[in-house]
Amino acid sequence: MSENATSEEIIICQDVCKWFGEFQALKDCSLRVRAQEVVVIIGPSGSGKSTFIRCINRLEEHQAGDIIVDGIPLTRDVRNIEQIRSETGMVFQQFNLFPHLTVLENITLAPIQVRKMHKDEAHETAMALLNRVGIPEQADKHPGQLSGGQQQRVAIARSLAMSPKIMLFDEPTSALDPEMIKEVLDVMQELAETGMTMLVVTHEMGFAREVADRIVFMDAGEIMEVGTPEHFFTNAQHERTKLFLSQIL
Amino acid sequence: MTTAADTSLDRSVMPPSERRTLLGWMRRNLFSDLLNSALTVVAAAVVFLVALLLLRWALTTAQWGVIPANFNLIMRGQYPAEEAWRLWLALYLLGGVIGLMWRLISGKFSTAALIVFLIPLALREVPLFSWMTRFHLLVVAGAGAGAFYLGAYLPIQRSVRAAVYVLLGYLVVMLVILRGYSGDAGPMPTVTTILWGGLLLSLLLAFFGITLSFPLGVALALGRQSKLPAIRIISVTYIEFIRGVPLISLLFMGQVMLQLFLPDGFPLVDRVLRALVAIILFSAAYTAENVRGGLQSISRGQYEAAQALGLSTYRTTMHIILPQALRAVIPVLVGQFISLFKDTTLVALVGLFDLLGIARTITANPDWLGTQQEVFVVVALLFWIFSYTMSYASRRIEQRLGVGER
Amino acid sequence: MQEIHASQIRPPFYRDERVLGIFTQVLVVVVVVGLGLFFYNNMITGLREKHTVAISFSFLGQVAGFDIGESMIEYSRERTYARAFVVGLLNTFQVAILGIIFATALGIVIGVMRLSTNFLISRIALIYIDFFRNIPLLVLLIFWAQAVFLKLPRVAEAIVLPGPIFLSNRGVAVPWGLPTESWSTYQIILAAGLVLGAAVAYFLREQGKRTGRMPLITLWFLVTVAAVGLIGWIFLPQPLTFDQPVLEGFNTQGGKILSQQFMALLSGLIIYTAAFIAEIVRAGIQSVSKGQREAATALGLNPAQTLRLVIFPQALRVIIPPLTSEYLNLTKNSSLAIAIGYPDLFAVAGNTILNQTGREIEMFTMIMGTYLSLSLLTSFLMNVYNRRIRLVER
Repeated sequence: MSENATSEEIIICQDVCKWFGEFQALKDCSLRVRAQEVVVIIGPSGSGKSTFIRCINRLEEHQAGDIIVDGIPLTRDVRNIEQIRSETGMVFQQFNLFPHLTVLENITLAPIQVRKMHKDEAHETAMALLNRVGIPEQADKHPGQLSGGQQQRVAIARSLAMSPKIMLFDEPTSALDPEMIKEVLDVMQELAETGMTMLVVTHEMGFAREVADRIVFMDAGEIMEVGTPEHFFTNAQHERTKLFLSQIL
Repeated sequence: MTTAADTSLDRSVMPPSERRTLLGWMRRNLFSDLLNSALTVVAAAVVFLVALLLLRWALTTAQWGVIPANFNLIMRGQYPAEEAWRLWLALYLLGGVIGLMWRLISGKFSTAALIVFLIPLALREVPLFSWMTRFHLLVVAGAGAGAFYLGAYLPIQRSVRAAVYVLLGYLVVMLVILRGYSGDAGPMPTVTTILWGGLLLSLLLAFFGITLSFPLGVALALGRQSKLPAIRIISVTYIEFIRGVPLISLLFMGQVMLQLFLPDGFPLVDRVLRALVAIILFSAAYTAENVRGGLQSISRGQYEAAQALGLSTYRTTMHIILPQALRAVIPVLVGQFISLFKDTTLVALVGLFDLLGIARTITANPDWLGTQQEVFVVVALLFWIFSYTMSYASRRIEQRLGVGER
Repeated sequence: MQEIHASQIRPPFYRDERVLGIFTQVLVVVVVVGLGLFFYNNMITGLREKHTVAISFSFLGQVAGFDIGESMIEYSRERTYARAFVVGLLNTFQVAILGIIFATALGIVIGVMRLSTNFLISRIALIYIDFFRNIPLLVLLIFWAQAVFLKLPRVAEAIVLPGPIFLSNRGVAVPWGLPTESWSTYQIILAAGLVLGAAVAYFLREQGKRTGRMPLITLWFLVTVAAVGLIGWIFLPQPLTFDQPVLEGFNTQGGKILSQQFMALLSGLIIYTAAFIAEIVRAGIQSVSKGQREAATALGLNPAQTLRLVIFPQALRVIIPPLTSEYLNLTKNSSLAIAIGYPDLFAVAGNTILNQTGREIEMFTMIMGTYLSLSLLTSFLMNVYNRRIRLVER
C-alpha cells in the first residue's frame, strides 16, 4: 500500500503494462517521481511516452502494475480517479481548449463546477493566472481567435486553475509554429522554478537539458534509461539512447 | 467567353462594358455559346408558357371566393369564434416571449431582430385581414418590442438557459389559455382539442412535436454513443425501429392502440394528444440521429481535456459536449423541424382537422364543390411560405456564423 | 524498492468503475423492460375483455371478402387475408420501384441543371427544388389526385397524346406489349444477353486493370445486352405484339390502363422525391473540390475524362448514402397511398384488413415488420457498400 512509499515520492509507477488489443504499448514501466521534481520523457514516436503519462491520470486504463499518485492508488475506484484527476493537471499537444467558451470561461469552468469555487473568486484566480502566462488582455476572446502559442498558454493556465500538485505535459510544443515554441517553454520553465512537480513528454532537447532534473528514455514501450541531463547528453549507456540522441541532436 | 488568360488580366484593363452591363451579363450567363443560347431560348419559352397558363388560371378560371369565405376555418379550424380572443392573447404573449428571449440570448438589437419584429407589421398588409386583425398584429409587434426593451431591466441573468425556461413557461401558459380551465362557462371555458384546427393545429403539432421530442432525442443520441453496451443497444434499437417504419403507421397505431397500452381506467387520451404522442416518438428518433452527427464532430481531445480537469461525465456532457454538438447541428435541426411541420399533414388521415384536414372538408362541402385546385394551392403555399422562410433564415444564420467564427 | 500492490486493492463495490457501469446498464434495462412489460400487460388485459382469443395469426387463412382495386397477381374476394396482404405488398413494391427509377432520372436532370452555367436553366432548377422541398408530400399527392387527375375529362373526351396515350378521369391508357408464344424463348435470350454482358464487363475490367486504362465498362455492357436483345427480336417471330388502346364509346379498349390513383401516387412521389435527389446530386458533384478538377486538367485530361475518371467516382461516394435513404423515404412515403385510395400495403393491411378483423396487434406487427425489414436490408447493403469504399480508399 501507499504507506510503504516514501512520502515525498509523489508518483509511483511499478511494472505498468498496457495493451491495445494485441499490441503491447507499455512493458513493465517503473518510475518514481519525487515532489517538485521535473522529469522529461523522450523517445522516438510510438515508443509509448504519451500512453505512459496518460495512464497516470487515467485517460488510459493500465492493465497490469501499480500506479500511486500522491498516496492515492489508481484503481477502478471512481473516488480515487476523481481525486487523482483533480490533483494532476494535463496539457495536451492539441491544446484542447473548449472552443465555445471564452478564455476566461475555459479557465473558471472546472474550479466552479468541480471545486465549487465562487464565481468571483474563480474569476480573480483566472485573471491572476492569465497574468502569469502573460496574456491577460485575451480573457474575453474565444480560443479560435488566439495564436497556437497563446492557446497553449491558456491551456496551462486552465490546468493551473485547479491548483494541481502535478502537471503532465503531453508534447506541449509539437503542434506549434517554431516562433511560438519559446513562449510556451518559458512559461513551463517559470512553472518548474516555482517548484511544481512536472512530467513532460517532449522533443525539445534544450528544455530537457536546462530544466529537467531527470530524463527518461523510452523505446518500444519500455523505459530504457533514466538519468540526469548531464548523464544523458555526455554519457548515455544504452545503444538505443545513443542512436536516438544522435538522430535528434 | 472567358478564358484563363482573360481572368488574369487586371480589372482595369477590361472594357467596363464587358463586366457590368446587362448585355455583357446576358452574354456570359445566357448566350455563352450556341448550345447555351438554344437552351436559353427553349427554357424561356417553357417558362413563358407555364407562367401564362398559371396566370390565366389564377386570374380567370379560379374561384378565389372559397378562400375568404372559409378564412377562419383555414386559420383556426372549429375553434369557437367567441373564444378567438384567446388565440390573440397567446400570440401577444408569444410576441413578448420572443422579444424577451432575444434579450436573454443575444442582448443586442440586430438586423435579424428588426426583421423578426417587422413580421407582424408586414402581415398587416395582407389584404384579406380585417382591421381588427391588423390591430391585433400591431399589439403583437408592440409586445415584442416592449418585452425586448423591458427585458434589459429585469433581474434575470442573460443566458440561453433562462431563455429556455421562459419558453417552457410560455408553452404551459399558452396551453392553459388555448384549452381553457373553467369548464362550460366562466372566464375561459374549455375548448376541447378536437375543435382546434387549421393552421393553428398544424403549427402547434409541429412546435410541440419538436420541443417535446428534443430531450428524448438528445438522450437517445447520447445513449447511442455510450460506452455501456446495454444502453447503446436499447438506443439503437429504438432509433432504427422508428426510422424504419412510416409515420402514418405510428399515427394509426397511436389512434387505435395507445389506449390499449395504458392501464384500465386511465382517462381517455384525446385524438390530438394521441397524434402528438406518435409525432413525438417519431421525431425523437430523427433528432437523435441528427444530434449524433454533432456528437461525432467533437474531437476526443474535448472529452479528455474535460476528464483531465476532473469534470464528471454528467458535467462534461452538459458543459462541454452538448453545447458544441447542438450548436453544430442547429441547421440540421431546423431542417428537421421543417420536415416535421410538413409531416403534421398526416394527422389529416387519422381524422384531425389540421390545415390539410380542413382543406379536405372545405372541398367536400357541397357549397364549394370543384374548388380543390384553389384550396390546395393555398394550403400548399401556406406550407411553402412557412417552410421556405425557416430554411432561408437558417441558411442565412449558418452563413453568418460560418463567417463570424473563422 | 518497497513492495507496492495498488492493483490488488479492491475498491468498495459502490465506487468500483466496472460495477457502476454494470449497475447503470442493469438499471436502464430494468426500467425499459419494466415499461415494456407494463404496456404489454395492460394490452393483454385490455384484449381479453375485447376478444376471447389471444394474439394469433390464424385469421390470415380466412376469406378476405373484399375487393382490391388493382393487383399484380390474381386476386378475388374469395381469397384469403394473407393473399390480400401480398397484393398490397406487391403494389407497394410496384410503385416504389417505378418511383425510384423515375425520381432518380428526373432528380439527376434537375441536379445537373442546377449546376449549369446557364443562368435561366439553373434558376428553373432552383425554383423547382425550393418549391417542392418546402411543401408537404401529402398536399402534393392529394392535389395531384383531386385537382389534376380527377379533373381530367371523361373518357369520351379523353386527352390523346401521341402513342396513343389516353388521359381521362379513369386513369391513363397506354400501349402495352402482349406476349406471344415465342415470349418465353425471348426471355431466355435476354437472360443470356445479360450473362454475356456481364462476361464482357468482367473481361474489360480485367483488361483495364492490366493496362491501367479503364474502358467504358457500363457502356459496353449495355451495348452487348442491347445487341443480343435486338438480334433475338429480329430472329424470333415477334415475341411481343403491341396492343394499342382505342376509344370505344365510353371506354378505352386494349392497351394497359394505369389507374388514376396509381398515376397520382406515382407522379406525386416522383416529382417530390426528385427535388430531394437533385439536391443530393448537386451537393455530391460540388463536393468534389475545385483542386481535383484543376489537378485533372493539369494532368491533361479532357473535360469528359475529368468527369468520368475524377469527378464521378468521387461524387458517387458522397451521393450514394443519402440517395439510398431517399429511396427508403420514397418507399415509406408510398404508404400515403391510403389518402388517395391506391391499395398499397398500408391501405390494404392497416386499413381494410384491420377494420374487418380488429386484429390491431397482429396487423401492425406485420406492417411494421415488413417496412422494418426493408429498411434493415437496405442499411445492411449500405454498410457493405461503405466498407468496400473504405477499403478502396487505402
